[in-house]
Amino acid sequence: MRSSDLSPGPGLGTVPPAPPAPVIELIGLKAAYGRIEVLHGIDLVVTPGTVLALLGPNGAGKSTTLKVASGRLAPTEGCFHVMGRHVNGIAPDTLARAGLCTIPEGRAVFPNLTVLENLRMMTYSGAGRRDVEERAFERFPRLAERRRQLAGTMSGGEQQMLAMARALSAEPAVLLLDEISMGLAPLVVGELYEVVGQIAAEGVAILMTEQFAQAALKVADQVALMTHGRIVAAGRADELPSDLAEAYLGGSALPATPIQELS
Amino acid sequence: MSGFLTFTVIGIFTGAAYAVAASGLVVTYSTSGIFNIAHGAVGMLMAFVYWELVVPMHVPQVVALPLVVLVLAPLFGALLERVVRGVRGNSLAVTLVVTVGIMVFLMGAVQGIWPATSRVAPTFFVHHSFRLLGVSVTFHQAITILVAVGIAVGLRFLLYRSRVGIAMRAVVDNRELAGLNGARPARVASLSWALGSSLAALAGILIAPQLQLNVLNLTLLVINAYAAAMVGRLRNLPMTFAGAVGIGLLQSYAVGYLPTTGGFWGSTPIQGLRLSIPVLVLFAVLLVLPQDRIEGARLALTRTAVGVPSLQRSILGGVVLVGAVAVGSGFLSAGNLVRMGIGLALGLIMLSLVPLTGWGGRVSLCQMTFAGLGAFAMARWGQGGSVIGLCAAVALAGAVGAVVSLFVVRLRGLYLALATMAFATAMDNMFFPAPFAFGFDGSVHVPRPSLLGLHVGGNRSFVIFLSVVFALISVGLYALRRGRFGRLLAATKDSEAACATLGLSLTATKLSVFAFSAGLAGLAGALFGGMQSVAGSTDFLMLQSLPILLALVLGGVATCSGALFGGLSLGALSVVVSYYPRLSFLQLLAPGLAPLTLARFPDGLIPGLLGRFQQAFPAPTGRGSDALDREEVPVVEVAPPLAEAVNG
Repeated sequence: MRSSDLSPGPGLGTVPPAPPAPVIELIGLKAAYGRIEVLHGIDLVVTPGTVLALLGPNGAGKSTTLKVASGRLAPTEGCFHVMGRHVNGIAPDTLARAGLCTIPEGRAVFPNLTVLENLRMMTYSGAGRRDVEERAFERFPRLAERRRQLAGTMSGGEQQMLAMARALSAEPAVLLLDEISMGLAPLVVGELYEVVGQIAAEGVAILMTEQFAQAALKVADQVALMTHGRIVAAGRADELPSDLAEAYLGGSALPATPIQELS
Repeated sequence: MSGFLTFTVIGIFTGAAYAVAASGLVVTYSTSGIFNIAHGAVGMLMAFVYWELVVPMHVPQVVALPLVVLVLAPLFGALLERVVRGVRGNSLAVTLVVTVGIMVFLMGAVQGIWPATSRVAPTFFVHHSFRLLGVSVTFHQAITILVAVGIAVGLRFLLYRSRVGIAMRAVVDNRELAGLNGARPARVASLSWALGSSLAALAGILIAPQLQLNVLNLTLLVINAYAAAMVGRLRNLPMTFAGAVGIGLLQSYAVGYLPTTGGFWGSTPIQGLRLSIPVLVLFAVLLVLPQDRIEGARLALTRTAVGVPSLQRSILGGVVLVGAVAVGSGFLSAGNLVRMGIGLALGLIMLSLVPLTGWGGRVSLCQMTFAGLGAFAMARWGQGGSVIGLCAAVALAGAVGAVVSLFVVRLRGLYLALATMAFATAMDNMFFPAPFAFGFDGSVHVPRPSLLGLHVGGNRSFVIFLSVVFALISVGLYALRRGRFGRLLAATKDSEAACATLGLSLTATKLSVFAFSAGLAGLAGALFGGMQSVAGSTDFLMLQSLPILLALVLGGVATCSGALFGGLSLGALSVVVSYYPRLSFLQLLAPGLAPLTLARFPDGLIPGLLGRFQQAFPAPTGRGSDALDREEVPVVEVAPPLAEAVNG
């Protein structure tokens, strides 16, 4: 399913009569590292055209949820559906070729490959080599300057740009973003979220985790709050109850100063 | 002048064959992250397969060559990848041991399939040659050089221009991310092993006519390739090629211009020096190579978590061992008693690896060399079983170990293993065959020691004596492990980065554990020689260090009971072989299979099975057992989130 097939989703003020079929569905999903269960039953639905932000403190299970949703961790219980199909235990590369793009936590680049070679790897999801390079260099001209440089020698922000270039060029149906702001300067974070907003505007379903709640809330239209391996609240971003926000975000790693004021 | 040119042509030809082998090594390493010690053994196997096709089966070379290089070798490489896949993500020591196992297994298998006789390896265009600058160049040599150049260009293109080549390198960088990009990591990894295996086969076939079709020569050819690959720092193909040709030339000139007699020392060291050139290059390159960066994230990957028994338990174990040996030795025939005794002595040599490899995480492939030095010292200075001999054995092996340790102290993992391999091979060539070491006929009598007026001359009493020594050393080692030195050792293994942040300098620990282990091996070697009554120049070769390590790893590298199990297994194996002499290849083949158990029991059979047993039948008291201690600290389960915490 490509983004062009999708009907305009919610979040634009009008709720369509019949909600579009979800692209990702987690139903009563449990997951464990060895014998230690870390997700105790997650229910999550991502529909086309929505940006769902998974918020919560450190260790809440956000990244683990994304690991399951990208096929990197098989659930121990419950169902994992992609585009209506039951795919528990599917390989991540199969999902990637089916149009699910995941930018994992940390610097999601190959450090010992040049920028051009990193871009070449992105063609495995189906896009042509030219298109990938064009789209990446158009959005991030700095990558063009560094095309022959090893990715590992670039700054953190440039590496994350390179990683985001995959989300741009792969034209995915679903995009999973794990903490893309981690360890980056606020200015760069702002630039990356501009790209996220641009991709969302094309109608791509986005599921992202973020500890910088403020940054995420600028583009998210739905929010789910996680603590201790459970989703404790979910709803539209603008309806986020203030007490809940205080309860779960105030005590977490949320920065004292909102991001706009820093940048 | 024409002599010089002839040596140059021969040097470039051998260098070209080394280059093909080395490039296969580099490709496998840079595309799968695993250094395939067995690379030469694969080439050896394929050279034998090629011979089988061409000579007894009369398949034309034009058919046989593509069949072996393009079909059989790649399939075999993909098969090897499946074997290695099971232990991916384990510590470097474990993956290294797996490829050592493959190497030993293949040597055993080839010896089993093709019993040693003289075979002439087929060359291309026999008797065809041309003259270049007044030097005769055979077609085979010219083809080898052209093939090497073609492979250099082709690999460069594959790895840096084609998408699958880029994916091969990407998989090493970040396997998970490669999958998230949509590449199939498993398929890419099989492909790179197939390619490496194919290049190994080609190198083996090209060089075989030069070396005769000999299991040992062809397998050890890989050491030359290691040296060349190290010149290229395991990544840089052009440098690898330059290194290979350099080594080829150096060797060829050494044949042409080194004197043939060495004066006082006899001719052996000079001949040995000639043979040892690649090894010396390897050793030198390892020493000047820039150090690897300390990896903090590695610590989460070591899965080994074996408890240390208390003093009471280790003493109890020792008493049980001595009692069992005292009773059991009465049931064995004279021949089998000696065989099991030799196994027990080998177990003692393995015991010397427990602190170094099991607790310190440093893989050494030269333990038999130190044992040999011990046997040499005992034969020389232990006349009549004098204790001075035993002291000399410990002192000599320990001193040599200390010197080697000074050189290799900064090396870790693979580099340390290769450096010790180089040292052992140099000793194989230069020391053990020399008349001043083990006499002109290559074997000397090694006396059995007499302690405090108690002479343990008889076989049975000597075996019991060995078990007493084994028990005492085990108790001592465990005491050491529970103390400060043991904690430092464990810290070295777990995380050098963490030690650095604590302000701990590990240099003294690393230096002393190597020398200590060498001294222990020297003592064990003296007793091993005593058990055999004779020690021969071929008893302590580098290759014999490999089954020792493998059998120890099978039993459990971090436990003394693992060493006992490993030693007795080798003893039992030689009992079996004594009944069925045709199965002698099993002595290599069976230890080669040992690492296969690592996928299931990464800590070895003894701790692994004990853990299973205690899981199934929990002790009611819940105190004092290894497995229960392990239960309380589930390292395996905690590893993934911990790794995240470290990476994040």
